[in-house]
Amino acid sequence: MSIMNFNRSKILETKIDDFLDTISQGSIVFREGIKEYLDGRTADFENAIAGISKLENRADELRRDVEKQIYTYSLIPEIRGDVLGLLENMDNVINGEKKTLIQFSVEGPDIPAEFDRDYLALAEVCMNAAEALVSAVRAFFHDFNMVGDHLHKVYFFEKEADKISDRLKRSVFHSGLELSRKIHLRYFALHIENISDHAEDVADRLGISCIKRRF
Amino acid sequence: MIYFYLLSGVFLGWSLGANHTANVFGTAVASRMVRFRTAALVCSLFVILGAVFGGAGTAGTLESLGAVNAMAGAFMVTVAAGLSVSLMTRMKLPVSTSQAIVGSILGWNLFSRSATDFHALTRIVLSWGAAIVLTAVFAAVLYLAIRAGLKRSRVHLIRLDFYTRAGLIAVGAFGAYSLGANNIANVMGAFVPITPFRELRLFGPFTLTGVQLLFLLGGAAIALGVYTYSSKVIQTVGNDLLKLSPLAAFVVVLAESIVLFLFSSKGLETWLLGHGLPAIPLVPISSSQAVIGGIIGIGIVRRGREIRFKVLGDIALGWIVTPLLAGAITFFGLFVLQNVFSLEVYRRPASSESARVVRMSEAEMPRPSAFALPSRLKP
Repeated sequence: MSIMNFNRSKILETKIDDFLDTISQGSIVFREGIKEYLDGRTADFENAIAGISKLENRADELRRDVEKQIYTYSLIPEIRGDVLGLLENMDNVINGEKKTLIQFSVEGPDIPAEFDRDYLALAEVCMNAAEALVSAVRAFFHDFNMVGDHLHKVYFFEKEADKISDRLKRSVFHSGLELSRKIHLRYFALHIENISDHAEDVADRLGISCIKRRF
Repeated sequence: MIYFYLLSGVFLGWSLGANHTANVFGTAVASRMVRFRTAALVCSLFVILGAVFGGAGTAGTLESLGAVNAMAGAFMVTVAAGLSVSLMTRMKLPVSTSQAIVGSILGWNLFSRSATDFHALTRIVLSWGAAIVLTAVFAAVLYLAIRAGLKRSRVHLIRLDFYTRAGLIAVGAFGAYSLGANNIANVMGAFVPITPFRELRLFGPFTLTGVQLLFLLGGAAIALGVYTYSSKVIQTVGNDLLKLSPLAAFVVVLAESIVLFLFSSKGLETWLLGHGLPAIPLVPISSSQAVIGGIIGIGIVRRGREIRFKVLGDIALGWIVTPLLAGAITFFGLFVLQNVFSLEVYRRPASSESARVVRMSEAEMPRPSAFALPSRLKP
């Protein structure tokens, strides 16, 4: 077991903050990417995919680095497992965003203009859920008494995402489109909605970790 | 032969080092916040410093309870304390070396028909209770203060971890110093009136008195216990009995260390008396029981969590059973040493210089001890 000195601990703090910034940026890029796709700006959409891929790689690197240091220096022993689980699950959020954008790129779903608003609203609510989650995790590290103030927002946005997704799917299936297209459109609504579900899963873990961290 | 007798103190010191280090560094090491090597080094160094430079106060109190004045007697007193601690531990009853040594001295008083200073005895027993209550109060206050401080400071979790590690080492050092100062009397206190060591001049004005050299030996024995056996005890105590978060452990160890220090600091006693304040008695107390007090203190603040009132009942039972057992073993052991091995276990007073302590050697005794066998039965 090596000894963690003050400078190293400061560097590690910065890396954790960078990781959270990367997740936050990822959700913004995701929302922008969906908007570009719906607006038909293909080049910008492909740029968004490149951007989120970079961010996802960076998040992976930072997460591995943070995990390695936490293990090497046996830091925060009593909640180490929780923190590592938290970081890995946060990573799932940006992974989900990247995969969804890539699926849009690969499958190119033909979305009728009447559904644009709901798809964009769904992406926006999912972005808000991810943002609220980043704030909650940041509070967990800096000021854990504030975690609750952000967690309730995650749950709120997740419910909103469920509502919008449900509305969108009903509209799709009540339209006169072919069944195959309806299923295809539902599939993309589900993919976007999953991002808020990932955020909710992390929020649940965070709630438990907070109980353990309570002094 | 004199040095052979001292081995009983060395054994008791080893046992103290092996068992009580966990009260200072248990959670820190078991939770891997502090490396065992670091803990052992800091603990050994500071326990010796505490014993040599701060151990005189509590030793004086034990001496006032009963000044054991023969080497074989001191040997038996120490061995009996060690044996009763081992027996009580085997029976899984809460035990304290401090309570065992008091029982042993009382056993010696009874055997040598020396008067017991009941004022000193009352002070000692009250201190055992007061130590638990005081540790609980200190732990509760420290806990509330640190919790409020953390709420305001918004320290990053990683930096808090760094501060907690540094804090655990610092309070561990303080705790080890206080443990050495407070508990060295249990280890070597019985030998204080008859120390075989003479003053040692080191350099310049620095000298070590005979008693300090005796305590240095005791401190070294404690350090040996720390290095050779405490690791196992730390794993048991740190993981099972004392499962606290590192920050709560910091509070408990700090509260325990303050209380051990209060009950052993001669300087503080002088300062308090100098300012017309009541002094805290210098009494060897149980570090394990102080730790339990600290946990209870935090439990009360956290509204009942972690409070185990049954433990308090067991502790009170231990206050009666441990001294009785140690006293009985001492009495029986002294009887055997005197009548079977013909060893001098106490000296009768040569004059009226001491009303309590018997100072005359057995060879000069005008009559045999009331507890001696008739001469024809002696081997």
